[in-house]
Amino acid sequence: MDEPEELKRTLLAEVEGAETLDDLEQVRVSVLGKKGRLTQQMKQLGQLDPEERKRVGQALNAVKDAVQQAIETRKASLADAEMQARLERERVDVTLPARPFDLGRVHPISRTIEEMIQIFGAMGFRVAEGPHVEDDFHNFTALNIPPEHPARQEHDTFYRRADGRRRPAARCCARTPRRCRSAPCERSRQPPIRVIAPGRTFRSDDDATHTPDVPSGRGAGDRPRASHMGHLKGTLIEFCRAFFERRRPAGCRFRASYFPFTEPSAEVDIRCSWDGGQLKIGEGDDWLEILGCGMVHPKVLENCGIDPQHIPGLRLRHGDRARGDAEVRHPRPAHLLRFRPALAAPLRLPADRDAVAGEGPVIP
Amino acid sequence: MKFTLSWLKDHLDTQATAEEIGDVLTNLGLELESLENKAEALAPFRVAYVKEAAQHPNADRLKVCTVDPGDGSDVQVICGAPNATTGMKGVFAPVGSYIPGIDTTLKAGKIRGVESNGMLVSEREMGISDAHEGIIELDPDAPTGEPFARVMGLDDPVFDIAITPNRADCLGVRGVARDLAAAGLGTLKDDPRLAAVAGSYDPPMQWRRDLPAGAGDACPYVGGRHFRGLKNGESPAWMQQRLRAIGLRPISALVDITNYVTFDLGRPLHVFDAGKVKGDLTMRLANDGEQLEALDEQTYTLDPETVVIADAASVQGIGGLMGGQESGVTPDTTEVFLEVALFDPVRIAKAGRRLGLLSDARFRFERGLDPESADWGEAVATRLIQEICGGEASHLTAAGEIPRDRPQIDLRVKRVAELGGLEIGAKTCRRILDDLGFETAGSKGGDGEVIQATVPPWRVDVESEACLIEEVLRINGYDAIPTEPLPPLTAVPQAAVTPAQRRGELARAALATRGMNEAVTFSFMSSRHAGQFGGQVPDLHLANPISSELDVMRPVVLANLVEAGARNADRGFPDVALFEVGPQYISAAPDGQETVAAGLRAGHTAPRHWDARRRVHDAFDAKTDALAALTAAGAPVDNLQVSTDAPQWYHPGRSGALRLGKQILATFGELHPKVLEAYDMRGPVAAFEVFVDRLPQTKKRSGLTLSSFQPVERDFAFILDAGVPAEDVIRAAKGADKDLIAEVKLFDVYTGDKLGAGKKSLAIAVTLQPTEKTLTEQEIDAVGRKVIEQVQKKTGGELRG
Repeated sequence: MDEPEELKRTLLAEVEGAETLDDLEQVRVSVLGKKGRLTQQMKQLGQLDPEERKRVGQALNAVKDAVQQAIETRKASLADAEMQARLERERVDVTLPARPFDLGRVHPISRTIEEMIQIFGAMGFRVAEGPHVEDDFHNFTALNIPPEHPARQEHDTFYRRADGRRRPAARCCARTPRRCRSAPCERSRQPPIRVIAPGRTFRSDDDATHTPDVPSGRGAGDRPRASHMGHLKGTLIEFCRAFFERRRPAGCRFRASYFPFTEPSAEVDIRCSWDGGQLKIGEGDDWLEILGCGMVHPKVLENCGIDPQHIPGLRLRHGDRARGDAEVRHPRPAHLLRFRPALAAPLRLPADRDAVAGEGPVIP
Repeated sequence: MKFTLSWLKDHLDTQATAEEIGDVLTNLGLELESLENKAEALAPFRVAYVKEAAQHPNADRLKVCTVDPGDGSDVQVICGAPNATTGMKGVFAPVGSYIPGIDTTLKAGKIRGVESNGMLVSEREMGISDAHEGIIELDPDAPTGEPFARVMGLDDPVFDIAITPNRADCLGVRGVARDLAAAGLGTLKDDPRLAAVAGSYDPPMQWRRDLPAGAGDACPYVGGRHFRGLKNGESPAWMQQRLRAIGLRPISALVDITNYVTFDLGRPLHVFDAGKVKGDLTMRLANDGEQLEALDEQTYTLDPETVVIADAASVQGIGGLMGGQESGVTPDTTEVFLEVALFDPVRIAKAGRRLGLLSDARFRFERGLDPESADWGEAVATRLIQEICGGEASHLTAAGEIPRDRPQIDLRVKRVAELGGLEIGAKTCRRILDDLGFETAGSKGGDGEVIQATVPPWRVDVESEACLIEEVLRINGYDAIPTEPLPPLTAVPQAAVTPAQRRGELARAALATRGMNEAVTFSFMSSRHAGQFGGQVPDLHLANPISSELDVMRPVVLANLVEAGARNADRGFPDVALFEVGPQYISAAPDGQETVAAGLRAGHTAPRHWDARRRVHDAFDAKTDALAALTAAGAPVDNLQVSTDAPQWYHPGRSGALRLGKQILATFGELHPKVLEAYDMRGPVAAFEVFVDRLPQTKKRSGLTLSSFQPVERDFAFILDAGVPAEDVIRAAKGADKDLIAEVKLFDVYTGDKLGAGKKSLAIAVTLQPTEKTLTEQEIDAVGRKVIEQVQKKTGGELRG
């Protein structure tokens, strides 16, 4: 029988010499397995006299403990090395480009209209809808626009071609910006009425700053015996504050104007600055015209079956320039938005935007 | 409407600056569009005396000038103008001046070796005209050192204001002055020119009216005088300066006088050369086809709705629009016949539109003129003609009557606060109305204080109490109205949009989330292309389109997206995913329009990439988009059926419709190759249309049911005839046990030689979801047998061995 110290040295060397987890397992079996060398020696302890057996037994147990501990240590270190090797094998070049993705976009005009609805909605207004193709009565007469008003002239209004001949059809026309969809609404409802009518209106006018398809929003609010021009101002100033995200209701100017369907009528400007060619809202010495408004004309109320003697109506005709508002609210290079929306299609712009944005239909 | 500060001050006694006046104009509703002061840009340019203009030693065409700029110094300037001569008065710009015509700031320098310290300038260099034959030669008496602008009368600020259609009275400077005075910016001066004038002889010709019964309103009144012994030279410098300042070209004294009165008082006039008129002048309706060569050198063919001024022989002018060339005044004219008339505004507007004739006279007549201007307009014109052209004026000749009714309107003072939100006392109300020319009286009654206001004849727009309230509020200033928040109707506002209105928004958000870009296109499209999309609705063809590309209201939203896709491809961006949520038009009836969420995907699914699969789009991309939009908008997508009857603009073999019963909720598919050809577009293009308005009202959401028992999945593959729709197999499998089968997924489609021609294999995974207990093997097998049986029965499919 080997001396235990000698045996311990040999076995520990074998454990240290194992290069893989499999080798280590073999070593473990050859030492501590049923037929392992240490196990064999332990079995032979019984043949020794008690004194001897106690001494040798203790020594062998110490060897066993040492070997077991060495195996555990070696095992951990081999597992660690194996993990390191695997991670190294699995390495990729993370600088390769990511997989392509597309973020879709909602058009700034839609975003603007949704924001307007939210703001007016919070003030109790509801959205009214109406047809885009209108007859003469609803487009003009109901709104107190007399037959010879310039709005009725062919160059302002789109008319349908009746019975196949090229002739302005008096009956039907595509609604003009002056048309407020709240008229049909007013006819079927009684006060209090708070409606806004965002959406498309049409004007036979097309150049760099006009478009025949004008997104616009209008609203009307009525409250029995209780709404007046001060409320109109309050509503619109509050709208401007919320829409243009100004903390203070500063920089709104109401000035007298004329619309056939309101009296008194006003245009509203907001304070702005064009310093350095960049538009800033709410500061500076310039004014940006954003909307027209007024108290609903008594004749319009009568046309809608509401007694004007008791109920003054207020009408806000905001965002005739919703496109402009969109531009202000969602700042973009101006030329990207000002073009004809009809052909507005999202060209994907290369890094150098100016290379393709010279003219035509481009939205960001 | 343009005018100058000095012109305004003829009517308004004020100390206000031009800027102050501009601000008040804007607040009054007479919006200031521009305020131009030429004196500022011309400030460096001063009158200079050219002491000597000597030949340049080194250049034939240059002169070395010694200039006295007014401070007694001698400044040496090199000048290339041929007209630079010793002893002339010119316009000098010193070193440091900005010269607008050549966009340069002057520096001292040497020209061909000789020092030059400034510049003698031409009109073009100053930016005031195109004249560049030489440097400006001023009157020898012009004071040396004076600013050029002052010497030339260009130091008068020019206002340009926008006049709303109701304010015809402000189409003359005096009307503007009246508004300003009422707003507290000074006082309106009396105008002594308005008083009647006496004539000195009987006119040799008369004004007459010859209008058929019922058409008397076409021209209620015409009056005027005969003048003789006139000299029609140039008008005086002050008048020429004012006319030039507002953009009119001085022509001759008589023409300038009529233009001046038009802009000064808003009163259009006309003068005929009496020597060229035969007999009396008559207001009558034109004979059909009568022609006139007007002062604008255009020949107009007239119709019997148009009022004309005719002499014994022919038409000499179109009423309220323009005079005729033949009887127009010339520098040789010595006798004239003055016309001061009233016309029906509507008739003038119609005639002007028919003839395509826009004039300063029409602009005023069609907006409504002060009828009494026929009196005072005539007086002012008579005075000016005599003052400027000399000679004698006849007695007045007139036909018809000037309407002199002045409506009276009651203003209940409390209504000002009710409508305006600001209490304004009766005294202030009356002061404002008085300043505007109303005649007012006050009384007290059941309605509280009431003001009886008589409307002045020039305010043809004022017709009701609301108009009076507007006048009071406007002059008092909208700024004074206190701002009040709109009181809430309910503590928490009701939803601004109805669930039906909200569907479009939900579809929009869903499509954008799927990587599509929203476009907002015109409601119009080209009739040329409308045929590809089911033809245009004849009812919705525009009579006056902007262009032939936009001449019908679109029957289909998708059409404009196809056009946008084609344009993007043309510009080098073939891979696009576009959508629009908007209206399409079916008829002109009030319910003839429908909201559609349409979209298309063209080109490839992805750019070329090291690790992304890249393919062209197909019908299933469109089907997926359509279902996503429908799901988001709350449609019952599980109950939808697919049919293959999509409209003609889709590929007939690669398109379908999603139906709920008979109602088509969406169509999808690849676009028809013919459509792509028409737009010169490369395919395939996957497109869809979701009919948002047709979705059923969303019901209350059913509760979520969860089971605590394990679901079981079993796969089956069937061999079928190639023509059997996959949906039939899925439906049959689902129907095998409606309680247990929670889902049927089709995960493989196979066709190939192994199956033989005309056959295909479909593989489905059937998920069983027990709710009461765990299923036994036997129970699972039983359901499996029912699935096989049902599929076999409904589709003829055999389980694949």
